[in-house]
Amino acid sequence: MSGLKTNNPVIRWIEYRLPIFSFIDHAVGSGYPTPRNLNYWWNFGSLAGLALVIMILTGIMLAMQYTAHVAFAFDSVERIMRDVNSGWLIRYIHMNGGSFFFIVVYIHLFRGLYYGSYKAPRELLWILGVVILLLMMATAFMGYVLPWGQMSFWGATVITNLFSAIPLIGESIVTWLWGGFAVANPTLNRFYALHYLLPFVIVGAVVLHIWALHRFGSNNPLGIEANGPQDKIPFHPYYTAKDAFGVGVFLLFFAAVVFFAPNFFGEPDNYIPANPLSTPAHIVPEWYFLPYYATLRAIPDKLLGVIAMFGSILILFVLPWIDRSPVRSAKFRPIYKQFFWIFLADCILLGYIGAKPPEGMFLIIGRIATAYYFLHFVIVFVLSYVERPRPLPSSIGEAVLKGGGAPAPAAAREKA
Amino acid sequence: MKILTAAALAALVTVGAGQVHAAEGEAMPKYDWSFSGVFGRFDRAAMQRGLQVYREVCSACHGLKYVAFRNLEVLGYSEDEIKEMATEYSIGDGPNDEGDMFERPGRPSDYFPSPFPNDKAAAAANNGAAPPDLSLMAKARPGGPDYIRNLLLGYEDPPAGFEALEGLNYNLYFPGHQIAMAAPLSDGAVEFADGTEASTEQMATDLANFLMWTAEPNLERRHSLGVSVVLFLLVFTGILYAAKRKVWSDLH
Ligand code: HEC
Ligand code: HEM
Repeated sequence: MSGLKTNNPVIRWIEYRLPIFSFIDHAVGSGYPTPRNLNYWWNFGSLAGLALVIMILTGIMLAMQYTAHVAFAFDSVERIMRDVNSGWLIRYIHMNGGSFFFIVVYIHLFRGLYYGSYKAPRELLWILGVVILLLMMATAFMGYVLPWGQMSFWGATVITNLFSAIPLIGESIVTWLWGGFAVANPTLNRFYALHYLLPFVIVGAVVLHIWALHRFGSNNPLGIEANGPQDKIPFHPYYTAKDAFGVGVFLLFFAAVVFFAPNFFGEPDNYIPANPLSTPAHIVPEWYFLPYYATLRAIPDKLLGVIAMFGSILILFVLPWIDRSPVRSAKFRPIYKQFFWIFLADCILLGYIGAKPPEGMFLIIGRIATAYYFLHFVIVFVLSYVERPRPLPSSIGEAVLKGGGAPAPAAAREKA
Repeated sequence: MKILTAAALAALVTVGAGQVHAAEGEAMPKYDWSFSGVFGRFDRAAMQRGLQVYREVCSACHGLKYVAFRNLEVLGYSEDEIKEMATEYSIGDGPNDEGDMFERPGRPSDYFPSPFPNDKAAAAANNGAAPPDLSLMAKARPGGPDYIRNLLLGYEDPPAGFEALEGLNYNLYFPGHQIAMAAPLSDGAVEFADGTEASTEQMATDLANFLMWTAEPNLERRHSLGVSVVLFLLVFTGILYAAKRKVWSDLH
């Protein structure tokens, strides 16, 4: 147990029997030493946690009013919007909260890519992050089905149908997923059950994620290990104050959308009740799925398309072993840095293509962008051997306090 | 390099977002609605006129099933006026103590009755295309209220060589340009209670105002709450920033 200093007898009484206060202090308090040089890109982890809490709270409130039945789901959501006190607010927060959750998590993820946070000894931390991303995608996909609008229904139909591409057992899997021979009431019911369950599985994964984080502490913009007290500062009050400011900025953006453009990220078609007899002109998923949707459609063969789509995320699992460069931060990797930006641009381009019909120029660009997505990982692998990193500073304290790092070539090759 | 890429990305995202949301077909003229913008509010007089046009023209074919008569209070009607209006409708109810279904005059708690018993009947009476419920129309089409206004004003002679199918009408703004609904409005189709001249354009604009309210009845509350929340957050975030600066000052 740490030297938790307090004179409060109640806290001392509890702490003696259940050392929860020192636990919290170690997790996010003064007992958690953190690199002193974290920039604002390190705010997005706590923001993702906040988004998860917001989703669970608003979700539970929605669940009290929502009816998971094909004949009532759409009407029950409209009731929430019209008759439930502040129901419109709860629903708009939940609806846009999904988008903001993904924005924050995507930034968090690309931060990791830029600063090499996935490298040893943080591989499991990274892998747990990818697990969280997959769980979020499943949760958001099933949540989008719940209001039972046209896009809900047709999105569910298109995506579940993908599994029919699996040879031999594909058709049976799809029937099993649907609980019948079409997307219908049993499908809606199980999606609701899972949509309620998965966020709590995410909470579990987040706990593991943070546990793994605390093993070695945060990476930092220099990507070198923090050694000694001059490199570190206590999480509280420094990063609690910085994270709190980040929360304020996040809430400003969030509130602006919830109150003044709540349907910005949405599709008008989802305000039309689901109709199995009328297919919308364009079936598009939510924006955060568009890059994967582009990947899926770029490949003419259905099975290969599905494999590429899932592969585009699964490949992130092995990234720590693809990138063999011992230098973490792109700051000291002049060539990797360029390719990082190209990769980011490629992902956004894929998102743009995902919103377009798969024909003509869009299809061609989509194919090139998909190919490049995977090529990037080959490039990263090759770069780890051919790139000459810039010299690393010998310590964070030195770099931060004196400004700029004195060359220390030995540290550059040292495997952390 | 970094700045260039960032600029390119920003451009892509903006263009992308715009394109995803743009309607296909004709460019959509935009109207300056009183309810748009951060401080936007509904125009009560326009909504009352829109309601009148809905009741006298559109309700023959289109339902408004998410709107209850009691909701109309927001438009500026008194309780008695609403009771009066509701009784003009006949509402199916039952079963009564004898086990029979019956019709009774409407009450404020009733919802606008739909003109057809089901979609099949609605389609059968309208050349095979069921007139959709209008409650959510202003959110269910790209362009929303602009689309509704343009659609109602978009009946024109087809361009040379364009053959509309039997029973369909040419409309500049309807996707595919052939719509089963004949032009529902013509100058003077209603006589406005407030004396406003009932030009087609006036009616189309008023209807769009009214239908935006039926689609988003909490818009005004949302805007005013939003202004307070954003102002609060601006101040609060400023304080948090000052606190952060203070906490970190002993480090730099
Ligand atoms: C005689 C019956 C009739 C009347 C009266 C009528 N409509 Fe329609 N309306 C239809 C039909 C039928 C459709 C379906 C058109 C289609 O899908 O081709 C329709 C469709 C619409 C649509 C949806 C167009 C789309 O994008 O799918 C709107 C909006 C609309 N009507 C508004 C109105 C308004 C406002 C009025 C009153 C001024 C009105 N209608 C009066 C029959 C009618
Ligand atoms: C990881 C966290 C979560 C994500 C990403 C998420 C995502 C979504 C999305 C995208 C929708 C569709 C919104 C719309 O278009 O209307 C939705 C709806 C819904 N969600 Fe969640 N959700 C999460 C957590 C929860 C939780 C924990 C619950 C319940 C305990 C819940 C209950 C609901 C309900 C009842 C709806 C239907 C109402 C509606 O559509 O507005 N959600 N969710």
